[in-house]
Amino acid sequence: MTHTPYQTDVAIIGAGPVGLFAVFELGLYDMKAAVIDVLPMVGGQCAELYPEKPIYDIPALVSVTGQALTDQLMAQIKPFNPEFFLGQSAEKLVKTDDGWQITTSDNHIIQAKVVVIATGGGLFSPKKPALANLDAYEGTSVFYAVRNVEQFHNKNIVIAGGGDSALDWALYFVPLAKRVTLVHHRDGFKAAPDSVNKMRELVAMDKMDFEIAKLDTLEGDAPQITNVQIIDKATNTQKSIPADIFMAFYGLTMKAGPLAEFGINMENNLVPVDTEKFETNVASIFSIGDINTYAGKQKLILSGFHEAALMAKGAFHYVYPEKKFRFQYTTSSSNLQSKLGVDA
Amino acid sequence: MKINVIDQQGTHHALEAEEGWRVMEIIRDWDLNIKAECGGACSCATCHVYVDAAWLDKLYPPTDEELDMLDSAPAVESYSRLSCQLIMSQSLDGLTVTLAVGSEKD
Repeated sequence: MTHTPYQTDVAIIGAGPVGLFAVFELGLYDMKAAVIDVLPMVGGQCAELYPEKPIYDIPALVSVTGQALTDQLMAQIKPFNPEFFLGQSAEKLVKTDDGWQITTSDNHIIQAKVVVIATGGGLFSPKKPALANLDAYEGTSVFYAVRNVEQFHNKNIVIAGGGDSALDWALYFVPLAKRVTLVHHRDGFKAAPDSVNKMRELVAMDKMDFEIAKLDTLEGDAPQITNVQIIDKATNTQKSIPADIFMAFYGLTMKAGPLAEFGINMENNLVPVDTEKFETNVASIFSIGDINTYAGKQKLILSGFHEAALMAKGAFHYVYPEKKFRFQYTTSSSNLQSKLGVDA
Repeated sequence: MKINVIDQQGTHHALEAEEGWRVMEIIRDWDLNIKAECGGACSCATCHVYVDAAWLDKLYPPTDEELDMLDSAPAVESYSRLSCQLIMSQSLDGLTVTLAVGSEKD
């Protein structure tokens, strides 16, 4: 299904701290923004990788966690009411008469005059186990996420991993699948102790299997597996588990997105920009934060904030070509204060 | 002080190391292919290394946090560590590690 195109001034790809702060800088100068992110929540790395870890180099914040920084940024941009397209990646970027049209993986269409690439370390994607020929089975019998649970009913399912996703799905499928086998490299788990206890009870009742083992090979004519070969950690012997479905849950890692396909110049998976406006080789496409590169670049959140401010000035000329950009301070401009809803 | 790093292609590198630095930071500083995407916060497992057997008992044992994080690395062995959790000291002069699968950049 394709949705009605969403019209905005600026489409920001990436809802990490820098993408979020860009909403603020654009908003001060009357540019509306839509923000796209592959994760189901805002915050990017700060929210996905280290929500509880303190960051010590945000100016004036002695210490702030990734999640708190994200929450504060969301509060700061609230007056500008950005539209979020979360849990979806930007798949297509097409030039139109008055700007750009982005199609997302959920078939949302965003029409904008300016595009800002703020994709940080890249697209968060599932980590994959070190197995040969994985891609030949992916989508048919090998999965890293569960979308359509019906297809797994009455199947032999092998699940690899020791986190909450692995345990939660293993427990979920026990009553529905023919047999569930959990494979993990140790007897300890990152997952919640409650889930681990439930798993051990089900194993004791012979309702599922748990193997402390490492993955060895997938067997079966692609794209359908028939068995997962494992090597038992204690005995170092091979064992073959009948399997229709293999699921691996090792969390997410960042992969290069389709930026080169968008016609944007890339250097070592980074986007070269100028340091006046942080514009790419393509006019009206800007890039800020960890994904860009220029002489002296340092991958710091604070650098991305600076880049967002200068980008906004550059973007203004595309959104309001007939207007003059008037630099103002939030401390003194009643115009900016009214936009922020703080005017006296 | 030096560390020996065997990269994903099997090439050996002897790297000058400094006391107090994380082994991950040394590897990154010398521009070897290490992803280390969380930057050393024990939050991603993309700096996974295999420690040479001779050095295993010279290291501080892993914390529960490191063991939990290792669960999200592929191909974990009993000699697996996250290199961001290994801090260089004189006693580790000559430490030898191999970059594990999944530690490489795209």
